[in-house]
Amino acid sequence: MTTKTKKGRIVIDSKLCKGCYFCMSVCPNELIVISTESNEKGYYPARFTETKDEKDRKCTGCAMCAVICPDIAIEVYRG
Amino acid sequence: MEKVVFKRPKYMKKAPFHYCPGCGHSIIHRLMAEVIEELGIGEKTIGVPPAGCAVLAYDYFDIDMGEAPHGRGAALATGVKRILPDRIVFSYQGDGDIAAIGTAETIHAANRGENITVIFVNNSCYGMTGGQMAPTTLLGQNSTTTPGGRDKDRDGAPIDLSEMLAITRGAVYIERTAVNSIKNIRKTKKAITKAFKVQMAGLGFSLIEILSPCPTNWKMSPVDACKWIDEDVMQTFPLKVIKDETG
Ligand SMILES: Cc1ncc(C[n+]2csc(CCOP(=O)(O)OP(=O)(O)O)c2C)c(N)n1
Ligand code: SF4
Ligand code: SF4
Ligand code: SF4
Ligand SMILES: [Mg+2]
Repeated sequence: MTTKTKKGRIVIDSKLCKGCYFCMSVCPNELIVISTESNEKGYYPARFTETKDEKDRKCTGCAMCAVICPDIAIEVYRG
Repeated sequence: MEKVVFKRPKYMKKAPFHYCPGCGHSIIHRLMAEVIEELGIGEKTIGVPPAGCAVLAYDYFDIDMGEAPHGRGAALATGVKRILPDRIVFSYQGDGDIAAIGTAETIHAANRGENITVIFVNNSCYGMTGGQMAPTTLLGQNSTTTPGGRDKDRDGAPIDLSEMLAITRGAVYIERTAVNSIKNIRKTKKAITKAFKVQMAGLGFSLIEILSPCPTNWKMSPVDACKWIDEDVMQTFPLKVIKDETG
């Protein structure tokens, strides 16, 4: 039997993001950084650093980043 | 199987907010939409937005809304609720709106025990008009009309509107919360849920005051604005249940 630990993943909508840094400041695993390229509105959006098929992903899907995001720019998946 | 554990709530349109980065209004809107969805009252809730930065709230909430003139949210909500008593009616008001120009309407609606819910967003300034002093501006706080800081002798002291409303006979539930941290955001959601339930049970007037960051007028980064709420704003406006007569 294999024990599978649940993993999380987030998707950030870079068009909605205003680069407020809230998500970065709360992520317990420091998985979010600010992009070096600005979006259409001129904000530097947040970027999730893990990819979907990466092994040993650290994101737990705790959703803290999404709960504090003022612009509803983050969707969270778990499983 | 992967599941979505967090997404845009049903009653929040997919419209980008016009608010500044890190503005508390946006977090409060989303929490309210979540509560409306969870309580299953989306089809019978009517919101009353204010003059202030939240003036365009009707562009974001996918529920019925009717704009109030500056300060008159509780009066307009009273009228709506009396005509349509089976609806859930809330007004959404800034601190300048509710604690300056709208003081009279608010106190009398609370005192009459109108069965409405007031969401009072305290960002300790007149946000929309460029950061003038509000009655809730802290002593020592810089604003465009109190350069060098609010001075008690010259400008008067901050007003404790929620505490004042708590002594009215008709107020049933009053709580002060904040949206500057995960913990406080969760508590705010609980408080809004409680206030709506008070109204759904027909108990009377409920109000949630929410300390909310205005990074732009406070001239701080969003993260610093949240810290400032913890370190300074809460010294003047402590988080607590101010009145609970729900039994
Ligand atoms: C009768 C009237 N007087 C003045 C104004 C100008 N005005 C618009 S918003 C506002 C104050 C907004 O401050 P607040 O209620 O704290 O809301 P915030 O923008 O901070 O969320 C004022 C004075 C107005 N719209 N109507
Ligand atoms: S869901 Fe949790 S762990 Fe994953 S990015 Fe967001 S805050 Fe970090
Ligand atoms: S909290 Fe939201 S708006 Fe702020 S930086 Fe993160 S994704 Fe962008
Ligand atoms: S001025 Fe303040 S209250 Fe208004 S949108 Fe900007 S941050 Fe929010
Ligand atoms: Mg204000």
